[in-house]
Amino acid sequence: MSNAVSALQGAVAPGEVTVREGGLQGMITLRGDLSHAKLKSACKAVTGAAFPAVGQATMNGDNALAWMSPDEILILVPHTDTAAAIAKIDKALKGQHYLAENLSDARALIFVEGTYSREVMAKLAPVDLHPSTFQPGDFRRTRLGQVAAAFWMKDDDTFAVICFRSVADYTFKSLAAAAKGGAVGHF
Amino acid sequence: MLTLNCPYCGVNADETDLHGEGEAHLKRHGPGSSDDEFHDYLFQRQNPKGVHFERWRHIYGCGKFFHAARCTATLQVFGTYSAQTLEPPQAIKDTITAARPGWSWGDFS
Repeated sequence: MSNAVSALQGAVAPGEVTVREGGLQGMITLRGDLSHAKLKSACKAVTGAAFPAVGQATMNGDNALAWMSPDEILILVPHTDTAAAIAKIDKALKGQHYLAENLSDARALIFVEGTYSREVMAKLAPVDLHPSTFQPGDFRRTRLGQVAAAFWMKDDDTFAVICFRSVADYTFKSLAAAAKGGAVGHF
Repeated sequence: MLTLNCPYCGVNADETDLHGEGEAHLKRHGPGSSDDEFHDYLFQRQNPKGVHFERWRHIYGCGKFFHAARCTATLQVFGTYSAQTLEPPQAIKDTITAARPGWSWGDFS
């Protein structure tokens, strides 16, 4: 079997705000009834993170759970653990109406790190990123420039961005250009 | 610029995050209906200057359809609500009545 390779093979655009590809990341999309106790406990069991509220992402180290829509959760686990995590979910939700699918290699993960990373994101997304409305733990699906993306804040200076693998290059270059443009000083 | 609150995500979504899906509260006329009914269902749409009800889809977000009540002349948004309904909730109607007394749209007023 061929080796898994991430979309941008760890590309980095260094600067005051650094744009860095996150490399291989296990991503599982889980669709089903999010109010179901078994689904909630299965999510917690594979990541160790608390079940997220609407519009939130919860983290446990590099594992995370993110609220994608009223019937969809994104599960982040190490790339090598993806199959085992899906097997665990399948076992826990046997007999339920749900879908758990490995989408790790369909997507790319990009980090935006630095003091004005908030402004870099705000240049590309039609989202109010003011510190009073968007904080670590908040999760948002929107567009970046011309492509669909989702992002959340890992900490005060770091955004994690997920996009489709096919537009990883566009997203990376857009973010790098926005970072190179410097701070706006709006926030 | 139009900003609508997605009733599923609770976020204020910019118009570019959304996709307009046409008139809300259409009654479907399918097999068994008359040619006139089917014609109207397919082609006849309201085009009011003022209060209007529309379907929108949070296409870059949760992907869900929802309904919005707004004024086409001023872009004032009266509210958004779930698409799983046959008519606007009373709270939305009350908001419209407060802003546009005597309004009517289709069978609603």
